[in-house]
Amino acid sequence: MNTVSTANAIPADWRDFFALTKPRVMSLVVFTGLCGLLAAPGHLHPVLGFTAVLCIALGAGGAGALNQWWEADIDAGMKRTARRPLPQGRLRPTDARDFGIALSAASVGIMGLAVHWLAAAILAGSILYYAVIYTIWLKPRTPQNIVIGGAAGAFPPLIGWVAVTGDITLMPVLLFAIIFVWTPPHFWALALFVQSDYAKVGIPMMPVVAGEAATRRQMLAYSVILLVVSLAPWWVGGTGAIYGISALLLSGLFLLLTVPVAFRRSGEGDSMRPEKRLFGYSVLYLFALFAVLVADRLILGQG
Amino acid sequence: MALTPDDEERLKQSRKGRNVALALVLFALVVLFYAITIVKVSG
Repeated sequence: MNTVSTANAIPADWRDFFALTKPRVMSLVVFTGLCGLLAAPGHLHPVLGFTAVLCIALGAGGAGALNQWWEADIDAGMKRTARRPLPQGRLRPTDARDFGIALSAASVGIMGLAVHWLAAAILAGSILYYAVIYTIWLKPRTPQNIVIGGAAGAFPPLIGWVAVTGDITLMPVLLFAIIFVWTPPHFWALALFVQSDYAKVGIPMMPVVAGEAATRRQMLAYSVILLVVSLAPWWVGGTGAIYGISALLLSGLFLLLTVPVAFRRSGEGDSMRPEKRLFGYSVLYLFALFAVLVADRLILGQG
Repeated sequence: MALTPDDEERLKQSRKGRNVALALVLFALVVLFYAITIVKVSG
């Protein structure tokens, strides 16, 4: 094939390597990691705090590159991902793999030497979890893949927190739980309104496997759990009322927006407005909740 | 496989781009490691 021979002859552009790190996913990773770091009790020198967030971002980038290396053939079969560098043949697969391994190793090494080895160990665990357990093992095998993948995205605030305190307590685990529970309704809202071709490439996404109605019911269940889990940091005394009341309002609205999604069925040519509204709000929700968490700590100084 | 002059130009362009990007990354790491060292030594 022409594209393959060109890829061998012409060295890849740096932009192709950059695209491998999934820069858009990284913005949420950096933000939640930074919030975990800022909300944690104790003090970390700003230079070391910056290093910790940088390492979380590098680790996420490395894991993203390994994910794209493994899924290149799947990505080639889907409209949304067919233009990524590997399916386009702009990059040698082994280069993408080595780039991913190098980023991951560097992020863990720097985190350990500069900040804390426990934070580095959790970072290494999260990269392995995403690249191996999720991407290679479970994503192609179970419709619960989004639930499982959500755990990978839930690590950054935990790592940021541990970078400051050096130990795992209930609070960072609750932050982990919030993102973990938030992910399924967030992603399934998208999966409901995006005409996806996951079925074509053999990835068992929930709406395709279990049907729309079952997916909508599960989204409601997760939204109820999210309301409880997001309030838990307040109940255990880890935050003040600023966070508690804001979390109640934010998660209450999340549940309110999930209800119409849960109890409707889409027809032919449906505009899917409730689903789109829920998805848009879910992104805003996570940013707002973590921002409030940091504001609570800075203003009330609890924890 | 013979490269056309056009291909050769693109090859040089992308190699230069990667070299510049790598130089920037290495320089940033030097600055970062220097800053970390100062913080660790004075802390």
